[in-house]
Amino acid sequence: MSAIIHGAGAATALTTFNSKKLVAPCRTNLPARSKRCIVVAGSDDASKSFGSSSVLSVRRPQKLIANAVATKTDTSATTGHELLLFEALQEGLEEEMDRDPHVCVMGEDVGHYGGSYKVTKGLADKFGDLRVLDTPICENAFTGMGIGAAMTGLRPVIEGMNMGFLLLAFNQISNNCGMLHYTSGGQFTIPVVIRGPGGVGRQLGAEHSQRLESYFQSIPGIQMVACSTPYNAKGLMKAAIRSENPVILFEHVLLYNLKEKIPDDDYICNLEEAEMVRPGEHITILTYSRMRYHVMQAAKTLVNKGYDPEVIDIRSLKPFDLYTIGNSVKKTHRVLIVEECMRTGGIGASLTAAINENFHDYLDAPVMCLSSQDVPTPYAGTLEEWTVVQPAQIVTAVEQLCQ
Amino acid sequence: MALSRLSSRSTTLLQPLATAAFPTSLRRRHISTDTTPITVETSLPFTTHLVEPPSRAVETSSEELLSFFRDMALMRRMEIAADSLYKAKLIRGFCHLYDGQEAVAIGMEAAITRRDAIITSYRDHCTFLGRGGGLFEAFSELMGRTTGCSKGKGGSMHFYKKDASFYGGHGIVGAQAPLGCGLAFAQKYSKEEAVTFTLYGDGAANQGQLFEALNIAALWDLPAVLVCENNHYGMGTAEWRSAKSPAYFKRGDYVPGLKVDGMDALAVKQACKFAKEYALKNGPIILEMDTYRYHGHSMSDPGSTYRTRDEISGVRQVRDPIDRVRKLIISHDIATEKELKDMEKEVRKDVDAAVAQAKESPIPKPSELFTNIYVKGFGSESFGADRKELRKCRHTKIISSLSTEQTQA
Repeated sequence: MSAIIHGAGAATALTTFNSKKLVAPCRTNLPARSKRCIVVAGSDDASKSFGSSSVLSVRRPQKLIANAVATKTDTSATTGHELLLFEALQEGLEEEMDRDPHVCVMGEDVGHYGGSYKVTKGLADKFGDLRVLDTPICENAFTGMGIGAAMTGLRPVIEGMNMGFLLLAFNQISNNCGMLHYTSGGQFTIPVVIRGPGGVGRQLGAEHSQRLESYFQSIPGIQMVACSTPYNAKGLMKAAIRSENPVILFEHVLLYNLKEKIPDDDYICNLEEAEMVRPGEHITILTYSRMRYHVMQAAKTLVNKGYDPEVIDIRSLKPFDLYTIGNSVKKTHRVLIVEECMRTGGIGASLTAAINENFHDYLDAPVMCLSSQDVPTPYAGTLEEWTVVQPAQIVTAVEQLCQ
Repeated sequence: MALSRLSSRSTTLLQPLATAAFPTSLRRRHISTDTTPITVETSLPFTTHLVEPPSRAVETSSEELLSFFRDMALMRRMEIAADSLYKAKLIRGFCHLYDGQEAVAIGMEAAITRRDAIITSYRDHCTFLGRGGGLFEAFSELMGRTTGCSKGKGGSMHFYKKDASFYGGHGIVGAQAPLGCGLAFAQKYSKEEAVTFTLYGDGAANQGQLFEALNIAALWDLPAVLVCENNHYGMGTAEWRSAKSPAYFKRGDYVPGLKVDGMDALAVKQACKFAKEYALKNGPIILEMDTYRYHGHSMSDPGSTYRTRDEISGVRQVRDPIDRVRKLIISHDIATEKELKDMEKEVRKDVDAAVAQAKESPIPKPSELFTNIYVKGFGSESFGADRKELRKCRHTKIISSLSTEQTQA
């Protein structure tokens, strides 16, 4: 119990991962720790461009996302293949289903339809209807069903068509998924992955733009991760499936078309580890999911103005990777959290509390948290833009903190 | 009343039983190994919905009847002991007792194997026992000791026994229905020739997730048997006050159903056997067990504010499951009244011994608070930045505060 298992993750044998290297306290070892799991030296090198939207959002015409970071392509990377984020998720899922016959997918329209965001496209043809199960519209029941199946040893990947729909399954997720391992005294493990898109950005309206990470974060017994690039999407998907703990994987509706070159070989990303996006000296900016791109865009402006922000994509929403975060705080002494969660009771609120509690002596300024407004997301485009944090606000906040 | 068929074997039994010279143990051994089939008719006919009923004539044996009697007496005694323990404040929180409903657990066990899964609600003590759980584990769990079946961390509503395919033990009404479908799905996925019995009550029958689960099970032909233990009261609300249609076995609509006298262990056994065969071939089926609980909903409910004491004692006199089996045993001359009383006394001694042993069991250590949250424990705390120092002193602070609480309590 007292042995700290940092980054070793769950019971899965991480064949590509040497957990011993992680115990190294020096942060400069970070790139050396794992050859696989980090985006080296900032996101500028990786190629991330928004392809023309071909996402299957049947309801409305596509909108080109103008306010995210477009970076130049990296041609110097080693052998790999380029794909979009939803394809990366699909690849991860398919590889895990090939590897372990216990892995199955269930959700609405995941089978014949191919998934509302095409993450499960082609899987039903390959693996059959029993392994890629089209469920009726009953979130409570099919989430419960997945958990019951997991109690016997299957490893279901439960998809919520939109994260917001999983509110209907909250009882199953909280009481059965999170707590059964504990209340049964360790007899049952629940190796489910609950995944789905959430977040603000496609003018989907209030009910379809929810961020459930704040509601789920206090459920004991679950892990939460948020992916933001094709590389970590595939890695986190695979790690989540291999994990013995229930994992909730948060995807974002706007990020499905990100393009990046990822390695050909089998790799996973550590579920409890944060990602160093851009090392810096002046201020630590903690972010996750889509806000990473707003932060990186703001970072360009900040660099021009002479600031050197350190950007960390926390990735692991529960538990927080306080090791990476702490080392960063010790270096920069200033923290800005940029998140898409609501202000009240969001991930940022918990992270602020955790940082204040643990690293208070290292802070030169109060922890600042930029979150979305505590409002239902409006439909109108301009209003919707203003519910979330914009790069200009990030720049202002950094300038304020670094005075 | 039961159709008793006196075989020639039983007339020869009359002679040794009459002689007091024979030692009791020898006689009991002789009787309990008798497996000659006896056919008994169920008390009431089965009511059906979209299916042909099974035969009313149930095959049993003296061995089986005696085991029914002993096991049901054990369950009854355990629940009564739990009642006294609760009043003595050794069991806290919620305690939902099953006495009166024992026939459902026993009859079901007689019809199925340990590979078939059972999942039920919070009224799970006797189901746990039926699945092979021990008295000591049950009482330890009720009293929150480490020797309990869930290490003291689950409590009355969270009994589980994985190796016997007993999946609990669930506190939220109706939440076990989708879980049960998941168990059946896994059985179908892995092609095991086994079924899942998902038990729920008349109160849970009105939960939406039950219909969702029914739809799913019927859609994919899952080997699920949904068993409604209808004890006619959803806590304090009678079934006619909470359900427009209290014919729970018909609620499946396209799913066939069978209504069974839940106080007759043999009828339950017959119905469960029939349901298992049906589910393996055709998909889900609903069984409604017409049963009754003598205690209130839980120990905090006296049980008499919404029903009369006459009703409770009336059911106890006319329909009690243990008395029914007792009468069967006596009329078939399998054992005498005195022997059955001795059996009950023995059961009582076993229960008292288990209670005494459980009372001596250790309470969980404070560090147990953080185990089994995740499979590979990194505890429930986030990482400390300076892992060694910070974590150690926070850890010991929590533990020392817990231990002072305990000594003060």
